Amino acid sequence: MKIFLISAKFLLLMTLITGLFYPFFIFGIAKIAFPNKSGGSFIEIGGVKISSELIAQKFDSSIYFQPRPSAISYLPMPSGGSNLAPTSLKLRNKSDSLKKAFIRRNLLSENTAIPPDAVFSSGSGIDPHISPENALLQAERIASARGFGLDKKNKLLELINILTEQKQFGLFGEPRINVLILNIELDKL
Amino acid sequence: MKTNDIFQILIFVAALTLLTPLLGKYMFNVFSGKMNLSTKLFGGLENFIYKILKIDSCEEMNWKKYLWSVLIFNFLGFTFLFILQLIQYWLPLNPQGLQNVSPDLAFNTAVSFMTNTNWQSYAGETTLSYLTQMLGLTVQNFLSAATGIAVMLTLIRGIKNKLDDKLGNFWVDMTRTTLYILIPLSILVSVMLLSQGVIQNFAPYETVKTIEGSEQVIPLGPVASQVAIKQLGTNGGGFFNANSSHPFENPTPFSNFIEVLSLILISASLTYTYGLMIGSKKEGWILFGVMLFLLLCGIFTSLYSEYIFNPVLSTASNMEGKEVRFGIVNSVIWSVSTTATSCGAVNTMHSSLSPLAGMVALINIMLGEIVFGGVGSGLYGMILFVFLTVFIAGLMVGRTPEYLGKKIEAFDIKMAMLAVLIPNILILVFASVASISETGTSSLGNAGPHGLSEILYAFSSGAGNNGSAFAGLNANTVFYNITLGIAMLLGRFGVIIPVMAIAGNLVKKNKTPVSKGTFTTDNYIFAILLIGVILIVGALTHFPALSLGPIVEHLIMKSGVAF
Repeated sequence: MKIFLISAKFLLLMTLITGLFYPFFIFGIAKIAFPNKSGGSFIEIGGVKISSELIAQKFDSSIYFQPRPSAISYLPMPSGGSNLAPTSLKLRNKSDSLKKAFIRRNLLSENTAIPPDAVFSSGSGIDPHISPENALLQAERIASARGFGLDKKNKLLELINILTEQKQFGLFGEPRINVLILNIELDKL
Repeated sequence: MKTNDIFQILIFVAALTLLTPLLGKYMFNVFSGKMNLSTKLFGGLENFIYKILKIDSCEEMNWKKYLWSVLIFNFLGFTFLFILQLIQYWLPLNPQGLQNVSPDLAFNTAVSFMTNTNWQSYAGETTLSYLTQMLGLTVQNFLSAATGIAVMLTLIRGIKNKLDDKLGNFWVDMTRTTLYILIPLSILVSVMLLSQGVIQNFAPYETVKTIEGSEQVIPLGPVASQVAIKQLGTNGGGFFNANSSHPFENPTPFSNFIEVLSLILISASLTYTYGLMIGSKKEGWILFGVMLFLLLCGIFTSLYSEYIFNPVLSTASNMEGKEVRFGIVNSVIWSVSTTATSCGAVNTMHSSLSPLAGMVALINIMLGEIVFGGVGSGLYGMILFVFLTVFIAGLMVGRTPEYLGKKIEAFDIKMAMLAVLIPNILILVFASVASISETGTSSLGNAGPHGLSEILYAFSSGAGNNGSAFAGLNANTVFYNITLGIAMLLGRFGVIIPVMAIAGNLVKKNKTPVSKGTFTTDNYIFAILLIGVILIVGALTHFPALSLGPIVEHLIMKSGVAF
């Protein structure tokens, strides 16, 4: 019985310390040191939140870069991937048709090597990045959909180059480009 | 395999190896009650806690009293979390007005967090309120991790002390572990994660109008504080359904590095702490070496497997379920580390891994979560295998087995075998029941051998207290919620109880002095023997099932057949 009482008191104390004090303490640090990031890195255009820089959103139109395929149609309620197996017929059919669509849409030749991130969906369903190769393959189509001349097309290629994030600190991760930021900058060209 | 891949693996291993003695020494000081920076900061709080509990911090417990404290305290933690979920709708900090959780899911989640499994039948952003995440999940993340360390401490004291029956004070061990180790590290990791863009707020979910004019609901919440401890405590239950592949939980390659290092760091450092506690650093490094060797075998096998050409999908780098910012190598380092430790957080969807990489994840769990393993539980699990190895070596040369001067006798070996067998039996029995019943197979998300792997993985993950999943399987059904809940409970306490019984038995024994005939355990020959025993026990138990799951899937994939 005594152990029950001690347990209950200890659980109560720990709940206060680790369940209330600790998260609110981190919240305090976040508010002071990283107000924008801890709020969700939202991007505003004309005072309206158009999304978070970290969350992929759907782009259908041919004048924008397309993000990676999403198993949840870019609606993260809840987030998640397809969980399809490497031997899944469904996954094969899906990636085959995505590959064909990518080639058709971007007017590429049949035997172009398509970067895997363009045909396979991400784990979160809201991966904000694509590979630089993926972006470059889409550039031509976007330039012609927007009626860009040679000058603007070069600016577009330069934009891809500028916005490509290399390995972090030269050490971690893979080169990538944020689709939402790229499309926002694209509109400004 | 690219040079860049090898380079990233090297950075990870180097950081782990360098930090192990630092944190190991610090934890040794904490457990032995020495003053440090944290005691200056939180020392008053520690004494205040003892005062409220009305306990004498110098009074030690015997194994039975210690065990009762563990069991009763965990039972209360479970009850609190269970009830909290059932009534969350009426409580504050629920800006989305999320409904009360159904009883079977609440049972599953409560067991899962109390046992340090953190299996996700729930989807955080659509199931649990901010209050439940904080008061329920975050708290159990701390306490289940501290419980693992407390149980480990009793086993070490059992080995170290002689002719006694005292194994320490549960409340003191819990308090010190939480205040001086878990909280300071969590604060440090939280701040690093915040700097990378992990969110921490209490705002309602944001509905945004996208550039093309459609609506998107973006879930928010106090994420950083929970992600930090879910990694450090080898818990692994995500704030969001997609866990650490979600950009709000893990936005950059550097946040990924911090998280993957955090999930293995405490378990690795405890080997050094162990060496200091028993008075031989070398013993600790041998265990570290064995664990690191098995971890690296896993990483390279998985990496190799990920780069094999898959004729089914016509690709040699399958990005299904992976994030661009991590790429293949960081997904693989993570998938192996999270299953070798009992963390179970994921940054890639394990179900979509290539068959052999998925198998490595599965084997890591099946070996008993001892390759670094859970905080505390990894080390006590590994020490059980040390006992078995010493015993087998003793049989080979015909002497009474000894470990660090303690005779390992029939009772100790019986208990060790029990602790090794219970999780394995749970995996095989439950997985066979599920794979021949209509209820079990109706949850499958993939056909063919991968379906069997899904079921096998679920029960391994439950019994091994890992918590990751081949998530094609829809586990949020009454059948899986209950059976997995039972597997998690027995998988946790079916090991803890025998371990503490061994601790109670060992502490009574005298130490035999070292002589010429003493079997030494601080050398490479012993390390090789230990690896052999671990692999033989694991392989003999699970090879048949594995050959019907991932192995056959690999062979079929190579011939281009899909299901």
